[in-house]
Amino acid sequence: MDIARVDQIIDKYEAEPSSLIQVLLEIQAENNWLPAEALERISEKLQVPLARIQHIATFYKAFSLVPKGRHRIHICMGTACHVRGATRILDTVQELTGIQPGETDLELKFSLETVNCLGCCALGPVMEVDGETHGKMTTAGIEDVLKSYE
Amino acid sequence: MRLQIDGQEVAAQQGMTVLEAARRAGIEIPTLCHHEELEPYGGCRLCIVEIEDRGRTKMVVSCVYLAADGLVVRTRSEKIDRIRRTILELLMAHAPDAFELQKLAEEYGAQRDRFEKEPMFCIHCGLCVRYCAEVKQKFAVGFIDRGIRKEISFIPEIAARECEQCKACFPLCPTSYLQAAYVLTRSLAPRAGEAG
Amino acid sequence: MPLINSPAELEAFRKKILAGRDPDKPCITLCSGSACHASGSRSVAAAIAAELDRQGLREQVDIRLTGCHGFCEQGPIIVIYPEKICYFQIKPDDVPEIVERTVREKEVIDRLLCTDPEINEKVIHESDIPFYKYQERLVFGSNGSIDPKSIDDYLAIGGYAALAKSLFEMNAEQVLAEVKKSNLRGRGGGGFPAGIKWEGSRNAPDETKYVIVNADEGDPGAYMDRSLLEGNPHAILEGLTIGAYAIGAHEGYIYVRQEYPLAVENVTLAIARAEEYGLLGENILGSGFDFRVIVHRGAGAFVCGESTALMTALEGRVGEPRPKYIRSNIRGLWNRPSVLNNVETWANVPLIINKGADWFTQYGTETSKGTKIFSLVGKINNTGLVEVPMGTPLRDIIDKIGGGIPGGRKFKAVQTGGPSGGCIPEEMLDLPVGFDELTQAGSMMGSGGMIVMDENTCMVDVARYFIEFLTDESCGKCVPCREGLRQMLKILTRITRGEGREGDIELLETLSETAREASLCALGKSAPNPFLSTLRYFREEYEAHIRDKRCPALSCKALISFYIHPDKCRACMICARKCPAGAIDGGKNKIHIIDQDKCTRCGTCYEVCPPRFGAVTRLSGEPVPAPVPEDARVIRKKKKKNE
Repeated sequence: MDIARVDQIIDKYEAEPSSLIQVLLEIQAENNWLPAEALERISEKLQVPLARIQHIATFYKAFSLVPKGRHRIHICMGTACHVRGATRILDTVQELTGIQPGETDLELKFSLETVNCLGCCALGPVMEVDGETHGKMTTAGIEDVLKSYE
Repeated sequence: MRLQIDGQEVAAQQGMTVLEAARRAGIEIPTLCHHEELEPYGGCRLCIVEIEDRGRTKMVVSCVYLAADGLVVRTRSEKIDRIRRTILELLMAHAPDAFELQKLAEEYGAQRDRFEKEPMFCIHCGLCVRYCAEVKQKFAVGFIDRGIRKEISFIPEIAARECEQCKACFPLCPTSYLQAAYVLTRSLAPRAGEAG
Repeated sequence: MPLINSPAELEAFRKKILAGRDPDKPCITLCSGSACHASGSRSVAAAIAAELDRQGLREQVDIRLTGCHGFCEQGPIIVIYPEKICYFQIKPDDVPEIVERTVREKEVIDRLLCTDPEINEKVIHESDIPFYKYQERLVFGSNGSIDPKSIDDYLAIGGYAALAKSLFEMNAEQVLAEVKKSNLRGRGGGGFPAGIKWEGSRNAPDETKYVIVNADEGDPGAYMDRSLLEGNPHAILEGLTIGAYAIGAHEGYIYVRQEYPLAVENVTLAIARAEEYGLLGENILGSGFDFRVIVHRGAGAFVCGESTALMTALEGRVGEPRPKYIRSNIRGLWNRPSVLNNVETWANVPLIINKGADWFTQYGTETSKGTKIFSLVGKINNTGLVEVPMGTPLRDIIDKIGGGIPGGRKFKAVQTGGPSGGCIPEEMLDLPVGFDELTQAGSMMGSGGMIVMDENTCMVDVARYFIEFLTDESCGKCVPCREGLRQMLKILTRITRGEGREGDIELLETLSETAREASLCALGKSAPNPFLSTLRYFREEYEAHIRDKRCPALSCKALISFYIHPDKCRACMICARKCPAGAIDGGKNKIHIIDQDKCTRCGTCYEVCPPRFGAVTRLSGEPVPAPVPEDARVIRKKKKKNE
């Protein structure tokens, strides 16, 4: 990500230190991750110590300090989905992709995350890939869903 | 103002915490994350005491709770001791041989092996992070992540610049984990002068 | 120059909108909340637009994309005005018929209606459907009538009249008094009387004050606030402005989870519209009262739903809670007096001002007034968002509105209050729903999540699930929470793996006491609740896990075995093919056997065995029967009786 774009985003929030989280959210959304150079630039312009930015970038789950895969798999682990068997769905996805929540596979194809409630409890258990919701998932049906992504 | 601690009448000034008032009067309350030069943290919860507030008993941490006129405080009780003992046992799961923990464990009857060990050594007192931030203002070491994955982490570039001549935080660490983390950071970082 | 500059102009504007709308003109409304989006409502919306174009009816028929209707199990939902005919589970293919027969010919299409299980009849109108009939949708009901992106829709149903009344017919003290009189208690979980919170801030000696909307709805399984904010953002803005006026604040924040992009979008748009119309910003409606609202997105941390952590996050820092020895309505955001309330709490305010505290207090119980929106989810037939008066028995919510447990299975418990709450068992189902009632039963109201569990749910696993959730979401600052939960998770995990030991329950109880008494914030203090309540009502499950290495609900993987009953297996080979571990040995007419060493207990065979055979069973606490000998594995065709 080029620094000019980072500067633009920072200036949009008038380099207010309290806007730190909003600035990081925008960079994360555009770039899909937070490169070290961006964090250093933000530290400089917002006058916030890098240690604090590092804490925020690791404390909040919206941020990633490493590049993500082409396809993001989100497994809902909310209580309603849990009660409908979400853990078995997660186990099967882990087996099929070879990665655990928070990880990305070596080909940068899939990134796996667990999320706590997508608000589609009527369709539980829910697996979301690239924002597309796959409801009423069964362990048997996962392989077909994943195969459909390049 | 005057407050009552363990039956003893104690004088205090506006803005003092219960801990400060107690220490002034020579009454001992154990702490781990407290430091004279730093803002009260309220992380270890060891300094927990019972107070009477408008007829109700509450448990508060004395390092943060402000002394008030007429406040009644108890620094020891069965419940307080039990909670302090559990806190110590939880910390000894990470650093069973830390001197300060052992000393307090003896006083409160805490058992070294009550809980399953996870030898991470850091007890998250935060003294290193806070000292570097508040007193030295270098921010060379900070926390990362949250919950059970929270850790301290040095910023390699700042550590390379500042820490060798400073190390003011080293004596503060109750478990010596800090020194180990520093050594690891420096050994993984490129040498000063080399391209990063 | 804003559009509206006085209450008189507001009413004139409102009349103009209504005059321009023909109540008899056909209108197709489509539920477009996030849950219905997931069920495909976007393609239905496209199909409606396309079909109306195709039939040349665009001018004659209105389309309105509304917020969540609440009956999420049956979405996407269409309501056709003016007859208010209600259709469910609509697919794009249904649209041409709907336009042709219902919109044009005013005919009702039976197969798209909801069947009333009570009288086994098709029901046409929303208000006659049992799911809706037993609700009192004072706050949520408006969702069905308005397009959240249209401020005119909100004005058409009487929006912003409460604001005008507050600014011009009442003074700030009177507004505060009315809210106090209503006994409105916080809908986010704490249940603290809003009026008293507001009063504290009003009386605090500080020029600068803030009002904050807590839209960081984090309880898994609860999505009421999302649907309110997405579907009726102006109601929250109006309530917030009235609150700001009452306490003397001129700046407000709406903290929304970034996981709710549609809510962020709709509320941001609503703010812009309200400012254009002079209903927000400087000199609102010409009253001289200034108030601006800023949207702040969360970044993925459940702990930021705690009020002091939320304020810390607003300040651009990590969401670490602060001690509440000095309450945040006195020293909160930037150390200024700050009133933080939940989305639903703010949404109740315009109603209270419009209709009065006396009207409001006729709903509910002695100590819990008004209504509450619950998200009824889990093992329940009618999943969705329901709004009922406080005091409604839990049983009515689950049976009458929820339609009972699917698959004819038995109710076991209902979990309320999210990770801070507890489980209510069957014998307590007559409990009227209310703040104090739920707390006394060992649970709490929380934000309104209501997760129904059946006989297949392991209560020890439920406790373990919530503790695991919290070990990740805890900020990690204080020892009782961070370390206490760490060890509680280890112990509970061991128990569900069949490695429980005598003394584990006592150890868990000790850790619970430490967390409750010594934690920094409410997250830690209430973390032991799911464990304590399941121990209180389902102690025998804990003991079975620890002593007998048995899971009574047949759920804990490490404690169950899957077994194919040789008498029931018809060798259809479905399970053998689907088994991801290749653990099933069998062939045509050969009884299938599961290799227990290879079995990963994923449960697929149990899922796919045809119900008419029902040959796969789960065993726990007993050894798996030895496999039938090879020669007994061949299925011979049954001979007819009289042969």
